[in-house]
Amino acid sequence: MARVATSSIALGAALAALALYALAHGQITLSIPEALAALFGAHADAMTAQIVVDIRLPRVLTAMLAGGALGVAGVLMQALFRNPVADAWSLGLLAGGQLGVALTVTAAAFAGPAAISFLTLFAGPSITVAAAGGVALTAVFMLTLGRRIGAITLLVVGLMLGFTAQGLTSVLLHFAARAGGRVYGGWSDASFAGVEPASLPWLTLPIVIGVALAVATAKPLTSLLLGETYAKSLGVRVTTLRRLALAATVALVAPVVAFCGPVSFIGLIAPHFARRLAGSARILPLLPLAALGGALLALAGDAIVHAPWEQHFLHLNAILAILGAPVVILILVFSPAVRGWR
Amino acid sequence: MLALQDLSVGYAKTRGAVLEAVSLTAERGSFICVLGRNGAGKSTLMRTIAGLQAPLAGAATLNGEDVAAMRPATRARRVAVVLTERLFSPGLKVDDVVSLGRQPFTSWQGHLTPEDWAIANNAFAQTKASAFRGRFFDDLSDGERQRVLIARAIAQTAQLMILDEITAFLDLPGRVEIMTLLRRHARESGAIVILSSHDLDLSLQLADTIWLLDGKGGFRIGPPHMLASDGAIGVAFDTESIAFAPALGRFELRS
Repeated sequence: MARVATSSIALGAALAALALYALAHGQITLSIPEALAALFGAHADAMTAQIVVDIRLPRVLTAMLAGGALGVAGVLMQALFRNPVADAWSLGLLAGGQLGVALTVTAAAFAGPAAISFLTLFAGPSITVAAAGGVALTAVFMLTLGRRIGAITLLVVGLMLGFTAQGLTSVLLHFAARAGGRVYGGWSDASFAGVEPASLPWLTLPIVIGVALAVATAKPLTSLLLGETYAKSLGVRVTTLRRLALAATVALVAPVVAFCGPVSFIGLIAPHFARRLAGSARILPLLPLAALGGALLALAGDAIVHAPWEQHFLHLNAILAILGAPVVILILVFSPAVRGWR
Repeated sequence: MLALQDLSVGYAKTRGAVLEAVSLTAERGSFICVLGRNGAGKSTLMRTIAGLQAPLAGAATLNGEDVAAMRPATRARRVAVVLTERLFSPGLKVDDVVSLGRQPFTSWQGHLTPEDWAIANNAFAQTKASAFRGRFFDDLSDGERQRVLIARAIAQTAQLMILDEITAFLDLPGRVEIMTLLRRHARESGAIVILSSHDLDLSLQLADTIWLLDGKGGFRIGPPHMLASDGAIGVAFDTESIAFAPALGRFELRS
């Protein structure tokens, strides 16, 4: 417990420091005191305030929320699938969510202007709901499949399913745009920068619900790590637990897909860092560590993307892949934690 | 006390009943070995007694309480199981596994109190598994894993412990050690320990009582020497090529 508390405080401090850095740095560099002043509305000129509060703050908050949500969802999914490389991205849930949104937008585009304006009016909730549908269907499908095929096969199927869904999404959005339904713009890459401050509640609310569900299911989910029969013998109602953990995953992942696109690797590696820090696989202590670790990773990726490069921004998923993929390889090849699984 | 009352076990559909109308009692502190060939229904019987599977008819009661009708949380405090299934669980530590045995007794957070840890530590000591602490569960050998899983079951402080063919992966000294450990646990804690095994020799030597399934729906219960001498073991196990020799207490090739 002490280990978890110390690690959480350290991660929290690092996160706060990085957030401050991200608020101050970008195309226009400010000093930390300037950024703080703008943040709290004291003695700042209008432009500085606009940069910090209207442009950078929503992005920083989005990155932290989305990264935290993906980290927690990763813990849930790795327990649910008993698979160390399960996460919303690798098992195709993110792509499924994108497809859900694309289908909704396309349907609205072909239904006519009324449907489009309805969708635009309720862009926040409607896109989250559409994403939730896609995420939930994919998750249920993968969970059913996961009981029949091995963990590695499942991973490959998840990745392939992701490619399929992404391809379909791209094609669908193309036709939707031609039919005049350009409600939903860019999406080929993940980004934390596209969230309007007004949409932040729609990102936050489902994530809060998802975290609450994750906390509530943490204890029985820990015994599911020993497999279904042992969990049952420990008094766990396995079917109910699966549904709750699935609902938590959907609530955590859907808003991230809807607002940030397919953010890769964070959900996959944050749980591994959390387990390493906690020295345990018990779910409850992992949740704060994975949330903070995920947030830190997301914010770091975003800070690299928005560093003052010449003219353009880098792609978030490119940065996350460079940071994340080698870690996955190291875990799979060297970690004793997955030895039996190999 | 465990009592089976006209217990029929099996599956509702095509396979039907595996065993029918078994009635017996088992006293506190007894060490019972369940013997029978593959497919005789040992696992089905044990799963039913553990409450993991519903009986087709009749009931298994533990101190008067129907196991199948208990709330899952109550049953988890009374009945512990150890299974043969080889599971992998990436990242799980040995301490996590044993502390899971205390889960039916912890709060919603699953946090172990010092008393819970004392019980877990005792379980580690009894199974001589303390040396594995701090290691990853998946990183252990088969024998080490079985010890840890038994420590987990002991930590559950159940009145009934059910172990299904857990010695299958172990060598002879390993099997002897596990079985004597379980017998001692039954004696010292007063728990009823039921172990299914293919180890005829050891079971006949160590068990207080043998439950014998002949694979044709027949069920015999008795002390080892009785079932060995009256030919019941032969009925259950003899094939065209081997036969149980009561005088020797082991199998001989038919020549």
